Parts: sequence; C-alpha cells; structure tokens
Amino acid sequence: MEIAPSYAEGRLTVYLRGELDQHEAKPAVERIERELDKFMPRDCVLDIGSLSFMDSSGIAVILRICARMKSTGGRAWVQNAKSQPLKVIDISGIGRLVKINEAEAAQ
Amino acid sequence: MKGDNYIKLDFPSRSVNEKLARSAVSAFALQLDPTMDELGDIATAVSEAVTNAIVHAYPDCIGVITLRARILDGDCLEINVRDRGRGIENVEKAMTPLFTTGGEERSGMGFTIMDSFMDKLKVRSRAGSGTSVTMLRRIKSRRA
Repeated sequence: MEIAPSYAEGRLTVYLRGELDQHEAKPAVERIERELDKFMPRDCVLDIGSLSFMDSSGIAVILRICARMKSTGGRAWVQNAKSQPLKVIDISGIGRLVKINEAEAAQ
Repeated sequence: MKGDNYIKLDFPSRSVNEKLARSAVSAFALQLDPTMDELGDIATAVSEAVTNAIVHAYPDCIGVITLRARILDGDCLEINVRDRGRGIENVEKAMTPLFTTGGEERSGMGFTIMDSFMDKLKVRSRAGSGTSVTMLRRIKSRRA
C-alpha cells in the first residue's frame, strides 16, 4: 500500500492507498508515526478515500494513531471512508471514539 | 454434493499470504455472480480468519494454513480456514468483541467482523491441536 503525507498549517493529512491488512499495518503505523514526529501536527487526518480494502488491522491502525494524537493534546479523525472500509469501521463501532467522515467544522 | 466446485489451498503462515488468500476466494466466488458489496464481505471475512491463524495459531513459528472454499446448493459459498497451531482455550471468550491477546496491533474485532459479514460462523478449536473456522454466505441470485 502507499502512504502519502501532506502537511499544512498544523495539520498532517495522510492519504492511504491500496489494501490495509495485518501485513501492511505495522509498516503503515511506523511510517505515519515518523511523519508525526517530523511535523508535530495539531491535527492528523487519515484520508482513506483510496483504500480499496481494509480489515480489522486497519481499525487497530486508526485507534493507535488517534491515541497517539490524543496523548499529545492533538486531534485525529478519518475522512473519505466509503464502501468496504466504511462497512468495517461501522461494524467495529469505533465511530464512538473517532470522528469518521464529519465535516471539518464539526471537529 | 457431486458436481459442486471447490478449491483447496495450503500456504505457510506468512502475513504476505493474507492478500493471496482473500484474492483466491474472491476469484473463486465470482462464479456466483456476487455484488461488489458481497465480494467485499467475503474478502474481509477471509482476511480476518487467515490473519487470526497467522497471528494467534503460529505466534512464534511458520505453520501451514489450509484454506478451502466450495459452492453448496448452487448459491452458497462455504469457506474453511484450518490450522494445526496453538488452538484457542476459550472460543467463547475469543469471540467476544474487543477481546484480544494480540496487543495494540490487533483490534479484537476479527470474529465480530466474520460473524457480521457472513451468514454462518462456526469455530472449532482444541488447545494444542489447532483451529477450524467455517463460514457460510449465500449469494442472492440477480438473474431472476
């Protein structure tokens, strides 16, 4: 899978493309955490609009990044979740912990 | 049943094979003419079952995972994921949402997702001798 970070004005947006499973999860978390170390953003947005597949390993990735942002007083959320990844997110119930697909104004 | 189609695939418990496993079953399921949503559900359930075997059945070694898929009654896909690994001591507890022994890299949602995405889920396991996960999913005919 591909990870493309984009930083602007305190916000790191991480674009995830491809398939996120357990094989890809650990390198993905390490890569995103390196970007967080580098930019120290106030907000971290995980954009999964180009993720064609995600299983529960992706849920663990989202929770881990959100916990990490929270621990430093920052915010994190998920945007552009759709089709199969959105269904996995819905069933996992993490919407109670993490904002999913909400407009920026509502964050 | 005579004439019903099937596949059987043996592979080592390497995480790179998660994608192979769900791709193989997805390709096999195409003969039932599933929707994209149905195909996504099946791929997700297979990925969860195979990941469980890789992470939990063989935590410290590489073992063999056997994946079977077959068509039943012309419109039903049965998937079986079998390992000869460590086994699950308490299946009921393992199937509880959010329960995991896998640390922060796991979410504890694997069985919940399999159960939600498939019509039937059956887990048989014995500590020390392995686990067998069988899942069924009926594909609604769109030809009618």
